[in-house]
Amino acid sequence: MMTGVMSRGMAAYAFAHRQIMLTKRYWMWELVFLVYGLTATLSIGFLGSAIKGAAGRSIILYLLTGSLLWGYLAVIFWDISNMITWERWEGTIEYTFMAPVSRATHIFGLCSWTILYSLVRTAVMLTIVALFFHLDMSRANYLGALLVLAVANLSFIGLGTIVATLPLLSPEKGSQMTGIVEGVLLLVSGVYYDVSVLPGWMQAVAKLSPATYALRGMRRALLHGAGLAQLWDVLLPLAVTGVVLIPLGLLVFNRVEVYCKKTGRLTRSG
Amino acid sequence: MRALAPLRRGIGKLGVGAGYPNPAPSRRLSGLAGAGLTMSIPALELHNLTKTFRKDSRNGRKERGLARLLPRAKRTSRAVDSVSLVIEQGEVFGVLGPNGSGKSTLIRIVSTLLLPDEGTARVFGHDVVREPDAVRQVINRVSADAAFFRRLSAMENLVHTARLYGVPVREAETRIRDLLRRLDMREGKLNVPMYELSRGMQQKVAITRAFLTTPRLLLLDEPTTGLDPKSKRQVQGFIRQVRHDGGTTVLLTTHDMEEADILCDRIAILNHGKIVALGTPRELRSSCEECGDSPTLETVFLTLAGRTIEEVDEEG
Repeated sequence: MMTGVMSRGMAAYAFAHRQIMLTKRYWMWELVFLVYGLTATLSIGFLGSAIKGAAGRSIILYLLTGSLLWGYLAVIFWDISNMITWERWEGTIEYTFMAPVSRATHIFGLCSWTILYSLVRTAVMLTIVALFFHLDMSRANYLGALLVLAVANLSFIGLGTIVATLPLLSPEKGSQMTGIVEGVLLLVSGVYYDVSVLPGWMQAVAKLSPATYALRGMRRALLHGAGLAQLWDVLLPLAVTGVVLIPLGLLVFNRVEVYCKKTGRLTRSG
Repeated sequence: MRALAPLRRGIGKLGVGAGYPNPAPSRRLSGLAGAGLTMSIPALELHNLTKTFRKDSRNGRKERGLARLLPRAKRTSRAVDSVSLVIEQGEVFGVLGPNGSGKSTLIRIVSTLLLPDEGTARVFGHDVVREPDAVRQVINRVSADAAFFRRLSAMENLVHTARLYGVPVREAETRIRDLLRRLDMREGKLNVPMYELSRGMQQKVAITRAFLTTPRLLLLDEPTTGLDPKSKRQVQGFIRQVRHDGGTTVLLTTHDMEEADILCDRIAILNHGKIVALGTPRELRSSCEECGDSPTLETVFLTLAGRTIEEVDEEG
């Protein structure tokens, strides 16, 4: 038996490796989601194409960036928030929660594979849509875009961890509730439009959403080739929300886990 | 000597009668009285353990109209009621009880999956509420429903568990092959997805998963329920081997009286969350005054549980 960092690393790898195996076993579903995501993104691109005038080309890229980033974040958000739902469905939830593994290790392991998978998936989609619409990406600052993504991941892991408590609290309705949270984020964060078109109170909510800053930063980097100097005002709020949301997510999850252990909710379903 | 050992172990730290508080005098058994104290830390020590659940008072009835929006009254149900017992290291301890008697709740508390409302549970001296990480290092569990990632193979599921418990993969693979050989399962089945394995084979993989982590306390929650007779005998044979090897303490819950009789050093009979009797199988049979001459363990159980076989069957 190992101790300390090595055993935590091995446990984190166990969750990542399990996700890799499951992705391989359910490859047909992964293909379905990829094709579905791609067709949705292409549809959004064609919507941009329908807009005539000089602004047309940049609108296509504006919309596609929103769609691709949303797809990227949705995969991460979905995997984390559904880690409970899936374990309940398979019936393994009790075995996972009685293993000598901290929740931080559990979530870190799960996220490490999910982020890598989502990144590759988005890169494949970006390549396809860029070829499809003959996008001029010569000005794009890919490193800047990756930096925005990396910092945004922290916030989304934290937010996903908080939302993952919903299926823990309600085996019947929790999973559906995560969809509502995701939908609200989509609405207020300016995925397909600038948040300035939203009513005042929604703009206030948008300021709290890490997706707003992630989208703004990605568009600046990919459309205008913005460097670090032009990205710091989105990187800073993203870093702050990440630093707040990850420990907050773990705290909320631990509290809810204790509540579920008091009320007997930590059981399989189906 | 082995038959007397449980008597000595049964004394633990709780003393006479503490193993099953407030039993009816005629049901009090001699298993807890007698010999001297043991000095080793008990594998499991439960003291006044109580767990109450709040349930919807509608009890499955559907409400219509506005009634659905009104706050629902809750009724409480004591799943485990002031249970105290001590299980010594190396012992195979059975908990017998009808459905809903609190057996699984007890196991889930010891597994750190449920928090008790009152009382304490200690595993090798570690409190399940205050030191769950230390408890998780030394326990594992097999339940009636062998839960796995169904699309993954037995080996993939088992290696996943090994990694969670810090067992190096090579060492785990050797142990897995050895354990499955002892359980009479062919190695070729190791790479087949779990959903393609029979119920009996899945349960053997579940037992392998539990032993892979070399638990000091193994919680077997109705491990043979739903198995065909051959698989049942194989699983029971394996538990007997474990008992013979003596390195692992086993807490076994079951409905099966014969199984409890042949496998367990001592047995507690649980009814409505309370221990109504505790002792060796022989003691349970001999000290039930209402059970007639030479009663079987089943007769003792049904008498102490206050139910007929038909009633227990209906509940099942």
